[in-house]
Amino acid sequence: MKYLTEFRDGEIARAMAREIAQITTCPWKIMEVCGGQTHSIIKNGIDQMLPSGVEMIHGPGCPVCVTPLELIDKALAIAAQPGVIFCSFGDMLRVPGTEGDLFQVKGRGGDVRVVYSPLDAVDLAVKNPDKQVVFFGVGFETTAPANAMSVHLAKRRGLKNFSLLVSHVLVPPAITAILQSPGNQVNAFLAAGHVCSVMGYWEYPPLAEKFRVPIVVTGFEPLDLLDGIRRAVVQLEAGRHEVENAYSRVVTFEGNRAAQTLLSEVFEVTDRAWRGIGVIPKSGLRLSANYREFDAEERFHITGIHTQESPLCRSGDVLRGVIKPAQCGAFGKECTPRHPLGATMVSSEGACAAYYNYGRFLSAEELAGAGKQTIGVP
Amino acid sequence: MCLAIPGKVEEITTDGMIRVGRVNFGGVVKNVCLDYVPEVGVGDYTIVHVGFAISKIDEETAEQTLADFRALGVLDEELASEEEAFARAAKRPQSRCPDGSCNETGSGSGK
Repeated sequence: MKYLTEFRDGEIARAMAREIAQITTCPWKIMEVCGGQTHSIIKNGIDQMLPSGVEMIHGPGCPVCVTPLELIDKALAIAAQPGVIFCSFGDMLRVPGTEGDLFQVKGRGGDVRVVYSPLDAVDLAVKNPDKQVVFFGVGFETTAPANAMSVHLAKRRGLKNFSLLVSHVLVPPAITAILQSPGNQVNAFLAAGHVCSVMGYWEYPPLAEKFRVPIVVTGFEPLDLLDGIRRAVVQLEAGRHEVENAYSRVVTFEGNRAAQTLLSEVFEVTDRAWRGIGVIPKSGLRLSANYREFDAEERFHITGIHTQESPLCRSGDVLRGVIKPAQCGAFGKECTPRHPLGATMVSSEGACAAYYNYGRFLSAEELAGAGKQTIGVP
Repeated sequence: MCLAIPGKVEEITTDGMIRVGRVNFGGVVKNVCLDYVPEVGVGDYTIVHVGFAISKIDEETAEQTLADFRALGVLDEELASEEEAFARAAKRPQSRCPDGSCNETGSGSGK
């Protein structure tokens, strides 16, 4: 296990944490919407370095986690079909559907493959003209340009045996939904650095203005996260609500225009269901009319899927910051990474799985009393 | 999921439809699509997500970030070959284990 003190700038990190403590006069809740940031915060004990008034809330930042159970079941049904090569990133392989997971489909003879890039799936389609190659396109805005290019290339190459099972979601509509939800407790947001490297952050000033929340574009490394949190607290204490870029070495205001252009050609914005949250209007992508022929859902017409989420799971409350993972009655009992009941436990980037894997079985209050002496994870 | 890794472009070719770079990530070299970063040339550093360069960055930032990601333990996972990635995914906890034979192992139970 890594400790923050092992990092090159442990002293700087401690100084930043002290500065945050010195300027904090009110309780503030700050949400990150990025599974990589959630993982880094818990793994490095960054939340435990903060003064007790500053609380990190782990939003719906893991695209694997928020992929609806129905779509997982569709993936399993398609992958089990003869003549199909089903390609995915590794983190979808163990996500349980209603009956089993992709790894088990492979065990029963399905051709399931882990690829590094969606372009590898396009290559497989070229090399296997007698097979249908399907890529499970899960992700936020960071991953969408890669999947857009794969479909664009498949079309230019005239491939009839490549399709995309699309589960793309968008961050700004999720932030809007959280801010509009009754009883919202979030005072500020950290915007995900690599999402913004593609999309820029031009979508955020209207949100910051409308809901009067600071939004700080933030990276993944411990110092980046502490800097993002510090900037958010400075704004909150000053009564400001602006968009700041704390990750300017990678992110520009405009983002990657070439990627945004192809995204808007290949995809169109649509309503999407987020596991643990429900349908959020205009919060996802689907293939546009010109590329609809590459939609795996249209090509395979999977029907008869009936899913039911566990009544014990409170992932929706975790994702909105109403409770911490350990405050759910099923956490670590009926629900573990091995037997996940819902969204936030199915991937290591989910808040519940991160808490479980790093031994966060105490409540936030208990941690506040027990964890202040050490910088690392207890 | 959304992590992008910095690397150095060592060579640029084309496969007829896309611009492909040979990108070195601290010793591991992979083919990367450069279509979204037309400003990137040989010798430049760029951050790469699932085989696509999405942003140009300076050398110092790239090397620092590579070192940090290595320390965080995420580099191997992001750059694994197909076989390694599959083996890694297969080793993850089995979901809904039917006979209860998969005992808890690995990092932290906290119980």
